[in-house]
Amino acid sequence: MSDLFEILLTAGFWAATIRIVSPLIFGTLGELICERAGVLNLGIEGIMTVGAMSGWMWVYQGGGLWGGVLFAAAMGALFGLLHAAFTVQLGLSQHVTGIGITLFASALSYFVYRMLLPLATTPPKIEPFDEVAIPGLSDLPIIGEALFNQSPLTYLALLAVPVVWYVLHRTPLGLAVRMAGENPVAVEAQGINVLAVRTGAVVVGSALMAVGGAFITMSWFDAFYFGMINGRGWICVALVIFASWQPGKALAGAFIFAGLEALQVRAQVLAGGFIPYQFFLMLPYIMSILAMIVMARKTKYPQALLVPFRRGERV
Amino acid sequence: MIIEPRPSVSVLRAGLAPVWAILAALALCAVLIFWTGTSIPTAYFLLFKGAFGSAFAINETLTRSIPLIFTGLAVAVAFRAKFYNIGAEGQLYAGALAATYFGTGMITLPPVLMIPFLMIVGALAGGALLIVPVLLKTRMKVDEVVTTLLLNFVVLLLVSYLIEGPWKDPMSLGWPQAAAVIDEGVLPPLLAKGRLHLGLVIALAASVLIWAMMRFSVLGYEIRAVGYNAGAAEFSGINVSRTVIITALISGGLAGMAGVSETAGLKGYLTLDLSPGFGYTGIAVAMLAQLNPLGVIPAAIFLSAVYVGSDAMSRAINIPTYIADVLVGVSVLAVLCSVMLSQYRVRWRT
Repeated sequence: MSDLFEILLTAGFWAATIRIVSPLIFGTLGELICERAGVLNLGIEGIMTVGAMSGWMWVYQGGGLWGGVLFAAAMGALFGLLHAAFTVQLGLSQHVTGIGITLFASALSYFVYRMLLPLATTPPKIEPFDEVAIPGLSDLPIIGEALFNQSPLTYLALLAVPVVWYVLHRTPLGLAVRMAGENPVAVEAQGINVLAVRTGAVVVGSALMAVGGAFITMSWFDAFYFGMINGRGWICVALVIFASWQPGKALAGAFIFAGLEALQVRAQVLAGGFIPYQFFLMLPYIMSILAMIVMARKTKYPQALLVPFRRGERV
Repeated sequence: MIIEPRPSVSVLRAGLAPVWAILAALALCAVLIFWTGTSIPTAYFLLFKGAFGSAFAINETLTRSIPLIFTGLAVAVAFRAKFYNIGAEGQLYAGALAATYFGTGMITLPPVLMIPFLMIVGALAGGALLIVPVLLKTRMKVDEVVTTLLLNFVVLLLVSYLIEGPWKDPMSLGWPQAAAVIDEGVLPPLLAKGRLHLGLVIALAASVLIWAMMRFSVLGYEIRAVGYNAGAAEFSGINVSRTVIITALISGGLAGMAGVSETAGLKGYLTLDLSPGFGYTGIAVAMLAQLNPLGVIPAAIFLSAVYVGSDAMSRAINIPTYIADVLVGVSVLAVLCSVMLSQYRVRWRT
């Protein structure tokens, strides 16, 4: 047990936590925005794969890192638009569309990767984002190195949380988004186009998810592997429920989750031989299920989540 | 743009919806084929030839369709009750685990009993895996999509642990695989040549049984009622929770049988690559079948042909096999559209 506490005091643990949390923050915020507007986006797993592949590929083909992030975001937005066209404009099943998007987007990513790099047996690498130290703060013991000497994408993730919170809770636009997910008829009565608001939310949310995917190939690792997202998208969907659709709680949830995962990797070394590694790898998925159970009684789903809106149709 | 319901939908229009979807998916994938520089007719001809061009190819296509019929049925039954079981992949492996646990020497029965026994324990294991998600849904309103999806990863890791650890076959020369299913439990081949096995007969029988159940039994009526309108079903005296739980057990059971069929029929032993995503492809099968248990059969054979054919195609010409997965994903989206267009019509004036 004392070994576990010692882990908590190492800078490596905190650095790993921050690395794991960054894509989760992007993905969770993205999903949260979609669901707040009333659209469940199960395309997240595939959209993160698209982001991971396209951002990496942009850089590999000679583009800049930030250009790659933008390209990943644009690709994510494109798949978000597809999702919105089906679920918002046509009012089709959000569950099935989302799964379809995930199947299509992941397969397309793999196809494009193989097409452009047909002979690559070992995945080729790019020069990923460098850490940027924030002067002064990065000299703090333990957390200084972890929190303030990070990839710029991590800072972007941490910055996105208050921005999303502010826009959702303090601006008329955010009010429209949240109302579109609670009472679309009332939004329409205010002369605001529900379909446009929902479509916009899904597009923006999907772009964020894709940036989360891009973080994995452009900052965490330096290559693209098959099956690299490995359920992270689904974990984000669980985290949104755990966070009761609040950006602040989403950040907290993502941190708890990432911390446990980082701890798990280190505990694996400690318990090596006693407990098979597969059981440690199961933990993130089991924790996500537990997180949903814990919050189940308290969750207040957006009232119009999963409910398509058709203008002039009585609910 | 105005979308309005058609006053009536003819059987022909409804039946053609998946066909349009498939044509649309093939047309979209033609863009990718064009990009590879191959002529589109050549590519599709090679795909068709790879799937149906010889007795061997047909045999292989039918063999590959067996797990897809099971998982397609699993998804079709569950989605009919609006229970979104995306965990057929995990349930398939649960069935395979049961077949390995009971079928590798623990119990020996004559084949007439052994094969049904393995099918039943596999189905029970698949259903058991859904107990937690379905109870969480009915009791605590926890979304089943996420729980079933996450369980897929847990089960796969459990399989990985077992076949690398306690269940590892010492005769496997270091490969992580479990011991072989005993001869009494192996699903016999149907033909002298090829890999086609008894699983096909069981899968077809399951399709007909499930179709009859959905169509003629009280349970089937309740499942459909709950799917159309759970509130109205509850009001009319149907126990919605109970119906959803039973639906989930049937669905998980069918997916579990896919695992038994692959373990005891095709491979003979459990490995980590037992299923290249049959559980997920089952969703596409069910959607193409419009959730009709009999429609699952042609849908499964079609998607199986896509996989087998594209393997052959990518061997012959330079097209990545992922084209098959793209086609599966696109057909899920396309069938959603085409089914809607068969029920609604779009008018372009405002």
